[in-house]
Amino acid sequence: MKVETSVDLAVRVGGLTLRNPVMPASGTFADGLEKVMDFNRLGAIVTKTITRELRDGNPLPRVVERPGSLINAIGIPSKGVPDFINKTMPHYAPYDTPLVVSISAPTADGFASLARELTLPGIAAIEANISCPNIEEDGKAFAMRAETTEKVTRELRAATKLPLWVKLTPNTGEMPEVAKAAEAAGADAVVVSNTILSMAIDLKTFKPCLGNIMGGLSGPAIKPIVLRHVFQCARAVKIPVIGCGGISNADDAIEYMLAGASAIQVGTATFVQPAAMISVLEGLERFCVVREIPRIADLIGAVDIEESDEPDVAWLNPVT
Amino acid sequence: MSSVSAANTDAHAQGRSAAAPAAEFKPSVVADLTTVIANEPVNAEYRHLVASCSIEAAQAKPGQFFQLLCPHSGSEQPYLRRPMSVYGADPEKRQVSFLYKIAGAGTHGLALLGPGDTLDVMGPLGVGFRLDPAWRHIVAVGRGAGLATLAPLAQAAKQADMKVTAVLSARRPNLVVSDALFRSYGADVVVVTDSESTSGPANVERILRQLIADGRCDAFFTCGSSRLMQVQQKLAREFSLAGQVAMEQQMACGLGLCYCCVRDFNIGGEIVHRRVCWDGPVFDLMEALP
Repeated sequence: MKVETSVDLAVRVGGLTLRNPVMPASGTFADGLEKVMDFNRLGAIVTKTITRELRDGNPLPRVVERPGSLINAIGIPSKGVPDFINKTMPHYAPYDTPLVVSISAPTADGFASLARELTLPGIAAIEANISCPNIEEDGKAFAMRAETTEKVTRELRAATKLPLWVKLTPNTGEMPEVAKAAEAAGADAVVVSNTILSMAIDLKTFKPCLGNIMGGLSGPAIKPIVLRHVFQCARAVKIPVIGCGGISNADDAIEYMLAGASAIQVGTATFVQPAAMISVLEGLERFCVVREIPRIADLIGAVDIEESDEPDVAWLNPVT
Repeated sequence: MSSVSAANTDAHAQGRSAAAPAAEFKPSVVADLTTVIANEPVNAEYRHLVASCSIEAAQAKPGQFFQLLCPHSGSEQPYLRRPMSVYGADPEKRQVSFLYKIAGAGTHGLALLGPGDTLDVMGPLGVGFRLDPAWRHIVAVGRGAGLATLAPLAQAAKQADMKVTAVLSARRPNLVVSDALFRSYGADVVVVTDSESTSGPANVERILRQLIADGRCDAFFTCGSSRLMQVQQKLAREFSLAGQVAMEQQMACGLGLCYCCVRDFNIGGEIVHRRVCWDGPVFDLMEALP
């Protein structure tokens, strides 16, 4: 339900002003959603990750569900750059919503050349999915370490003038350092985060549930974990943080913004409620109206972590 | 697809405010909160669920499917929706129905629903069966849950003035479903079963060859058995007959977003991936691979 309001929903994110903070997470968006929603209502469109090489993706099964979550190992099927330029880009051209292209490559050079080729009119920003395996580092994802993040981001920065968003992995113990490295190397924003590496085993067959054995955990179950990462990264860097992890409704999105996210991505929730992005957007607007918040940007990083003057007596001395 | 894109392009050309919701945007796929009218067992394994739904959902075509948000069944709460092919859809009564076998967490939850309960169904989804007006007699060959998928063809074929022969395969005679529905629309029904040793590919091939010889098979429609699909592919090639197959695959989104439901297809001699939820679930018989 649309609320008649004067709430300013615009946010400034990594070199772009978005009409609102709601966008899809890469890999969970395609033209099929045109049957469900008006893409002109979204803050941005983020494509599936494309690679230079043609990729079929991983062996099946590619997904398995667990309570409140999904584990996927799709394997980034990609039809390559010409298909993206000739088919995907023209398809989204009629919308006046910024088109963000997610890219991936096995080497820093590969990232740079892909970014260079995709620096085109019609592309509003590049989201570098550096959470994928780096063949120069024995398969370890670039975003696992600050040094490799800095190297790949620097090469990307030199390759494109477009706003550069760098998508981080939560599978590192040093996420704030990685975020700082991306910032130092010229990223305009960091996306926090990709999925959490995980696994599931079938008790009937003793086999892994996924053809790829391991996969990425997403969905409501991971929200508190990624929320913490967003909080830490937002305190570590001055560039905007885009929150992504288990957001299913407006309350989740508000939590992310309070923790420091300038915008949010909705992913797995779309698989369950296809119009999830629209209900998140409408809920955000309602929240601002009810709480008399004139600009949604006022929520960014507004979490109150000041120590209370008075200790919570009830907590210290629980009444039994 | 093309009509959806065109509608958006038009809206764009009219200079609609981007921030405001488009008054003219009408979704063709909705997550519809339907009300269960009936949910009764039809035999030892299958149940028939009828729900009153929106006009969009009630316009589901044969071969299309819905993604059902199944209620939790005790300890198990399925996170994803469950794909379910449409068994019947009635735009006048605004009803949609499903025929399902209790197999896992999702269908266990479905079985708990009673009249008056709410069921969230998203759809209609996918590409359904297509009937060529030139066809006079079609043959539907199915097994197991595939029998439910083929059932809506009976009414569609009758409306298109085509005769139907349905070859329905099951483990035992009392587990056959959709036979009454096929008969109610005037179809000839041949039941083949494992328990009577009539369901093997050799016998089904003999039945189909006889139908072809009698001039009663312009096209095959099949679902639910890879072995029976291969028999029909062989005959379709030999007699240059048309055919369509409804394929199954584990799904997550149902809208072509996630690429978890891909299968291999032979498109003009090249093996390629197609998304069952978006490019199908109904495919050309000759392009499908077992």
